[in-house]
Amino acid sequence: MAESATPIVEIKSVSKVFQLQDQTIHALSDAHLSIGKGEFVCLIGASGCGKSTLLRIIAGFEQPSAGEALMWGRPIAGPDPTRGMVFQDYALFPWLNVRDNIGFGPAARGLGGAEVNGIVDKFIDLVGLGKFANAYPHQLSGGMKQRVAIARVLANDAEVVLMDEPFGALDAMTRERLQDELLEIWQRTKLTVVFVTHSVEEAIFLANRVVVMTPGPGRIESDNTLDLPRPRDVASPEFNAIRRVLSAKLHSHHGKKAA
Amino acid sequence: MSIAQTSPAPAVAASDRPLPTRGLWHRLKPTVLALIVPLLLLAFWQVATTQHWTRLIPTPYAVAECMVDFAVGGIFDDAYSATLLTHLLASMSRVYGGFALAALFALPIGLMIGRMPWARMLLDPFLQVMRPIPVTAWLPLSMILFGLGAKSAFALVCLGAFYPILLNTVFGVRAVDPKLFEAASMLGCSGSAQFYKVVLPAAVPSIFTGLRLGLGLAWFVIVVGEMTGVPEGLGAVIMDGRTLSRTELVICGMIVIGLAGYLSDRVVVATGNRLLRWSPNHHG
Repeated sequence: MAESATPIVEIKSVSKVFQLQDQTIHALSDAHLSIGKGEFVCLIGASGCGKSTLLRIIAGFEQPSAGEALMWGRPIAGPDPTRGMVFQDYALFPWLNVRDNIGFGPAARGLGGAEVNGIVDKFIDLVGLGKFANAYPHQLSGGMKQRVAIARVLANDAEVVLMDEPFGALDAMTRERLQDELLEIWQRTKLTVVFVTHSVEEAIFLANRVVVMTPGPGRIESDNTLDLPRPRDVASPEFNAIRRVLSAKLHSHHGKKAA
Repeated sequence: MSIAQTSPAPAVAASDRPLPTRGLWHRLKPTVLALIVPLLLLAFWQVATTQHWTRLIPTPYAVAECMVDFAVGGIFDDAYSATLLTHLLASMSRVYGGFALAALFALPIGLMIGRMPWARMLLDPFLQVMRPIPVTAWLPLSMILFGLGAKSAFALVCLGAFYPILLNTVFGVRAVDPKLFEAASMLGCSGSAQFYKVVLPAAVPSIFTGLRLGLGLAWFVIVVGEMTGVPEGLGAVIMDGRTLSRTELVICGMIVIGLAGYLSDRVVVATGNRLLRWSPNHHG
């Protein structure tokens, strides 16, 4: 992957400490990460490794306790439409139908009705929900809800799509379908994707780069560039070889921490 | 390793269309079931009064006769003949007026308490202490403050409807899923715009429940409200009936309040079902 001069997202010695009653939790310790435009980066690790915290810092929902989070070289001050988030539990607006959920961002930017409609039509088609345009979220399946959540972020011209275990709550078949669709969208639009997962297989199937994180305190264990050709076959020996290496890295902290 | 594969057996053409009689029963079932308890009660009432288990309660027939006279007149030709509509309209004006006034106060105060910590600290303790005081206890003070008559009735109904609207509004705006704020802000909607685009719509089901309960309570307290010496109204009729020992008139008043309250609630529920189609747990 060709790296442009300025990374789209850069994390410089970022630490995050939470104060929970009288306990101090080191969610993230001295993380460095530089993401180029168009990359598909997976953050992977066991729970408590700080992968979601790192994602939330990139989104702007959390501020680092130390270090800097930058987008195009400028500090990330808070959430904004250039970095869209896809949540595991969808977080769709239940009172808006599919159309209006997707149109929420464009409308919030102050675009006119006709313009919003045009954008909405385009992205409803992209995620294949034309028949459900007027359905409300509670009438949709999990997979359809997540399609809406993805379309909602794309409709808002996000440059970076942040995904927090987006397919974790879906059944295996739906998950595979959505993984394929996401890859297709990514290849077509040249988006930058940062994707949190705890599944090694999902990470290897999707990413250019797999960032392995380990807990206690949360830190980046290794940053692995994958040059496996696409479409990737989860049953191939090459895929399995990578899976073995990454799984070993993922569990490397077990020896250090006898719990 | 190999996988053994068998084809599925052809599906049997299923033709279990429901019989027409079953469909009819299905449609009538709710009505039939709903009528069983009232009819049993009516039967018991009939037996109890004709067998003279009590001499103080009029027979269903006497009440029905009184109801006809109350509604259209032509039987007794007394002060209450053909006055139902007058009393009903008088009560309705107090119920809906008091309810509207209650909503006018409770909604903004509820939104403030729900969203602003200082408003919560300022008002919540006071309102929590005032809340358990029943409307009946307010009757004497209300008559001192607002005088005998309609103003007092209005104030009492308003008080009765106030708390359910307030509490449900507070709950509604406080219970908004925090994820929705994050979702809105990453989509470019932040600050005070979130109040209109996230908080208000998210709180609508709860606010609606509050309005429904409030309107129900407004009907509930109308008799107390009309103990304040108003000449017209269903509550006034009931109080007069009591003074005159015309128990059948009292029962007529009770039945009309029950039906009016029920119909008014059905209208609210139907409106809610239309407005809250998006809400999975809002089909009353």
